[in-house]
Amino acid sequence: MFSIDILLNAIVTGILLGSVYASLALGLAITFGILHIPNIAHPTLVVAGAFFVYTLAQWGLDPIVAAVIGLVPFYVLGLALYLFYSRVFERRGGANVLQSLTLFFGLSLVVEILLVLSFGSELKSVNVSYIGSSLKFGALTVPYRLLIPALLGPVMIAAVWLYLSRTNSGTAIRAVAHEERALSIAGLDPAAVKRHAFGIATATAVVAGAALIMIGPVEPFGGRFQIGRVFAIVVLAGMGSIPGNLVIAIVIGVAEALVASYLNPSWSPGVAFAILLLGLAFRPQGLFGAAR
Amino acid sequence: MRKNSFLFLAAVGIVLVLGFLLPWMVRNPFYFFVGYVVLQYVTIATGWNILGGYAGYINFGAAGFFGSGVYLSAFLFTTLGLPLPLCILAAAIFGAILGVLTGYLTLRIQGVYFAIATLGLVVVLETIVHNISALGGASGMAVYGPRPPAWSPGPSQYNFTVMLIIAVASVALARFVEISWIGRGLRAVKASEDAAECSGVPTLRLKLLACALSGAVLAAAGAPYPFYTSYVEPVTAFSLIIGLNAIAMPLIGGTKSWSGPVLGALLLASVQQIATVTISSELNILFVGLVLIAFVAFAPGGLADLFGRKPSGGAKP
Repeated sequence: MFSIDILLNAIVTGILLGSVYASLALGLAITFGILHIPNIAHPTLVVAGAFFVYTLAQWGLDPIVAAVIGLVPFYVLGLALYLFYSRVFERRGGANVLQSLTLFFGLSLVVEILLVLSFGSELKSVNVSYIGSSLKFGALTVPYRLLIPALLGPVMIAAVWLYLSRTNSGTAIRAVAHEERALSIAGLDPAAVKRHAFGIATATAVVAGAALIMIGPVEPFGGRFQIGRVFAIVVLAGMGSIPGNLVIAIVIGVAEALVASYLNPSWSPGVAFAILLLGLAFRPQGLFGAAR
Repeated sequence: MRKNSFLFLAAVGIVLVLGFLLPWMVRNPFYFFVGYVVLQYVTIATGWNILGGYAGYINFGAAGFFGSGVYLSAFLFTTLGLPLPLCILAAAIFGAILGVLTGYLTLRIQGVYFAIATLGLVVVLETIVHNISALGGASGMAVYGPRPPAWSPGPSQYNFTVMLIIAVASVALARFVEISWIGRGLRAVKASEDAAECSGVPTLRLKLLACALSGAVLAAAGAPYPFYTSYVEPVTAFSLIIGLNAIAMPLIGGTKSWSGPVLGALLLASVQQIATVTISSELNILFVGLVLIAFVAFAPGGLADLFGRKPSGGAKP
C-alpha cells in the first residue's frame, strides 16, 4: 500500500499544482491582500482569461504568447472594473465591505453567463506540441502540461514582487492601503494608484488563465471551485505577503495531492477550505503576516 | 407595536386559512407547482435576511444550508420513514447546528471572512454528499413522497400548503427577531460592532443566535424539496441560483424589515417562474445578476426605500 514512489510523485505534483494556485491567487493578493477590496470575482476573471487564451489558441497562437498579448486588454479591463467600483461607492462615501462583496458576486455571475452565452457550457482545452508528453526522472513522472504552467507561476510572482518592492510605483501601491492621506500629501493621486494596482491584478488573471487551461479543460463555471482555494491562500499567507502566497499555495497543493493519492480524488476540493477554516480559527493573522 | 402585532397575526391567520382552502377552489395543480417555488424563495429570503439584513453578515452559502436540509429530509424519510413534520424539524435543527459551527469558526474575526467561509461551505458540503453512497452520490436518489392527507386534493397542493406553513412560520420568526431585543442587538452590531461591544451588547452570542436561526430557516426551506421533485441530486440541491436569489431578493426588497425579503421574493421569484418558462435559464441568471448589481450600486436600500417612506435618519450600515 505505502510506497515511496507514490509519495514522491504526490509531493512533486503537489508542489507544481501549488505553484499554479499561487498564480491564481496573485491577483487576489493584490486586490484583497493589499487594497482590501474583496474581489471574489477574481477566479471568474481567471476563467475569462483562460477563454481569452483559448480563443487566440484557436488561431494557432501558443498559449503563453496569447497570455502575454492578453496582459494589455485585461489591464484595461481591471482599470474599468475599479472605475465602476469606485464610482459606485465613492458617491456614498466609502465602500461597505459587504456591499462590495455582493457587487463582485453579481459581477462574477454576469461574466460566467456571458462566457456560457458566447462559448457554450462545454469544457474547452488547448492543444500544443509540448502538451501530452512527460518528463521522466527515475521513478518520477512529470507531465509537461503541469510543469510548464507551474514554471509560469514563480516567474510572474517574482516579477510582481520585484515591482512592488523595488520600484517607486510599486511602493506607492503598498503605501496606498496603509495611509491614503499621506500619499495624497506626497503628491500622488490615491485613486489612480489603486486603479493601476487593480489593473495589474486583473492582468495576472490572464496568465493564470493560460496556466489553468494548459493543465486541463476549463468550463465557464470553473472559477467557483477556485474561490475557497485562492482565499485560503491569500488569507493564510497573511494578506498581501507575495512570497508567503507562494509558500502557502504549495502547502495546499501538496496537501491536496496527498489526499488525492491516499484517500480519494473526489475529496480534494474540500482540502483548501478545511485548511482555511482551521487557519481562521487558530491563526487569523496568517502565517506570514504581522498581527493586526 | 401591540396593534401592529394584532394586525400581523390576523394577516397570518387569513393566509393560512387561504392555504388550506385554495387547493379546493383552484382546480389546476400547475399553479400550486409554481406557487411552491415562490413560497420556497420567500422562506429562503426571509431566513437569509435574519443574519444578512439585521446583522449585516453576508452568507453566500445559502445553497449549502438549503441542500443539507434537502438531503437530511430525503435520507430520514427514505431510510427511517420519519413523517414529514419531523423531517422538517430535523432539517431545521441541523441547519441551526451548521450555522453555529460556521459562525463559531469565523465570526470572531471579521465579516469578510465569514462571507468567504460560506462561499467554500457549499463546495465542501457538495463534496461530502458526492462521496456518501447512502445519499446516492453524484447520481442522486429517488424519493417517493408521502401520500397527501384527506384535507388536500393532491400532492402538488399538499406540498404547496406545507411550504406555505413553513414560509409563514419563518416570516413570523423573522418579525419576532426584528421587534425583540435580538433585533435591537443585531442592528447595533450592524451599525458599529465595536461600539455595541463596548456598550455591553453580547455581540458574539447574538451573532451566533442569528446564525442558528438563519441556518434553521434556510435548511427547513429545503426539507420538503425532495417530495416536490421526487428526486434529489447534488447539483440542483446545492444550486447556485439558490445562493444568488437568497442575496438578491432581500437586497431588492429591502433588508431592514421582514417585509423586504417577502416583497423581493414574491416579485423576483414570480418573474423567474415566468422567465424560465419563456426564456432560457442562463438568461434568467444573467437577469438576476444584473438586477443585483443595479440595486447594490444605485439603490442599496431596496424597493422599500425607493417607494416607501424616507429612511428616518437612523444608524447607517
